[in-house]
Amino acid sequence: METRNSIRPPGPVVIDIENITKDYVMGEEVVRALRGVSLQIRRNEYLAIMGPSGSGKSTLMNMLGCLDTPTSGRYEFNGKNVAEMDDDELAAVRNREIGFVFQTFNLLPRSTSLRNVELPLIYAGINPDRREERAAQVLADVGLGDRIHHKPNELSGGQRQRVAIARALVNGPSIVLADEPTGNLDSKTGEEIMELFENLYQHGNTIILVTHERDIAAHARRTVHLRDGLIEMDHVGFIPELDLPVAR
Amino acid sequence: MKRLLYELSESWKIAAAQMRSNLTRSTLTALGVIIGIIAVTLMGTAVNGISIGFDKSMAVLGDDVLYVTQWPWKPVDDWWNYRDRKKIKTEYAETLNRMIAAIPSSNLVVAVPTSNLMRSIKYGGNQVNNVFVLGTTSDFIITSTIDCTAGRFFNDLESRGGANVVVIGYDVADALFPSENPIDKSVLINGQLFKVIGVNTRQGTFLGLFSWDSMVAMPLGAFNKYFSAKSESDVRVKVKDKTRLADAKDELTGLMRRVRGLPPEKKDDFSINEQQAFKSTLDPVKNSIAIAGLFITGLSLFVGAIGIMNITFVSVKERTKEIGTRKALGARRRTILLQFLIESTALCLLGGFIGLVLAFLMCFLISKAAPSFPIHFSVGLVMASVIVSAMTGLVSGFAPAWSASRLDPVAALRYE
Repeated sequence: METRNSIRPPGPVVIDIENITKDYVMGEEVVRALRGVSLQIRRNEYLAIMGPSGSGKSTLMNMLGCLDTPTSGRYEFNGKNVAEMDDDELAAVRNREIGFVFQTFNLLPRSTSLRNVELPLIYAGINPDRREERAAQVLADVGLGDRIHHKPNELSGGQRQRVAIARALVNGPSIVLADEPTGNLDSKTGEEIMELFENLYQHGNTIILVTHERDIAAHARRTVHLRDGLIEMDHVGFIPELDLPVAR
Repeated sequence: MKRLLYELSESWKIAAAQMRSNLTRSTLTALGVIIGIIAVTLMGTAVNGISIGFDKSMAVLGDDVLYVTQWPWKPVDDWWNYRDRKKIKTEYAETLNRMIAAIPSSNLVVAVPTSNLMRSIKYGGNQVNNVFVLGTTSDFIITSTIDCTAGRFFNDLESRGGANVVVIGYDVADALFPSENPIDKSVLINGQLFKVIGVNTRQGTFLGLFSWDSMVAMPLGAFNKYFSAKSESDVRVKVKDKTRLADAKDELTGLMRRVRGLPPEKKDDFSINEQQAFKSTLDPVKNSIAIAGLFITGLSLFVGAIGIMNITFVSVKERTKEIGTRKALGARRRTILLQFLIESTALCLLGGFIGLVLAFLMCFLISKAAPSFPIHFSVGLVMASVIVSAMTGLVSGFAPAWSASRLDPVAALRYE
């Protein structure tokens, strides 16, 4: 795959994190999931966040996805201070700026592909005609133009993940945040999904992969390693000698 | 605003899909509401029916008629003060009418004497016992809203002459003449023959309150000739302007004191009553029936509401991950709150509609099987039931919907 080595010129800073921490109170104990993480992500980067379980990888992903706010530190998303937003403001940022792709797809089981992809547009207040047009367009873009009226249980795993990716893209987000996107897929289908991400990257999307699989992380142009709530390594490209298999 | 609209329509669709996919569960839960709504609605129709029955019976008394009687129409503690009062005589009516005629500005129209007692009435092989036999004058129709389905009320000539003619109530006519036209037939009361000249329009009975249906009216002259011995009499006086009932009452009190020849220091030895007095004794009874009935049936609706609340909690629990996903996609708290409120409300409304239809059918069957049973279905009641079921859904769905809207998206997404 020759495109893998082509790094597109990054754009302006989308995510600017400075020294954020996150503490969880578990009964008597305080768990320090993040202990001061600083990170800048630019538009049209393709980034993998790696780390063993318990490294703070998921916590960082929740922060980046505006699902949670840090205990301390600065987080600016497109120049806006996210750390001090309330629930509804965060919901608006998630709706318009972030496209989530989950390991378990998280599609609504009783809704068709089209209706699943329309959901973020409903929350954005787009009118029904434009909603349907846009959702059908994005589904066609991910190669599911002929599956728009199928329900999730009528689709294969790979097709389901494509629906989820279409749903993530439908509002034209600043970043696509994919949490173990191939974790529930066989390796061949996983490879197809990764090709789709590559394609999205080539078309100017910003992609953040959260994974503990080196094969998957190897698709990214930049790799961030977390360990014990801190960034251990942050380097361009995928270096097999550095990116050793972890948590296996 | 627009977004809220889209969210609402989306929520309705989801609610419908949820109900379809959990059909058994939804049906069982709705059943609680259905039963509750049936109970409340049937109680409502009964309360309505009671109220209408009361009003009908009250209408017999007339809201512009004063009744001169020995006993007041309200419970009295000092009954011994009333027991020894002189009886009201039918002759007072003539005296009163002369006095009224002499006062041009009088607020009274006419005084009508009535005497009554219970007697059996026979025609051929048929007999009706305990019929309310009323002796009065032809002026009676001025004081009372009485219509004839057949024939007429007796006229002035028959009234003065004390002719042996009767006007009979609907039920009496029905019992004596099941397959004949009663007009011009002769009935036997107390061994005397009376010619039937009119039949009253059906009025309906209610809780044994007085009704024209089981009454027979005849000229006072005839009544006195045959039944005067154990009868009771009173005088009813029609008022010109019913908005000035109190004035009319005062005027009539003055006239009656003159009739009785009471010196100023003596208390009234008669009572003047109006419909209102009767109503104010009966209204509390009617209201407590309504409150008690609606409260008890309301409990069954409450049980239904608990069922809805329970199932909504279950639904929130089951769909925690979906809630997390929706939040990740940008659903706000309000969106989630509305979604679950709409689901519980839709379920309650569905139950409410089914309950209403069933209650309507039951009412229909009851009124067919027992026409005298006091039930009355009204548009107001339908509206009330729909509103009550919607409110039930909102109230019982609120706690689960609120807890869903407050879920932490991270925890909800991780929930398995």
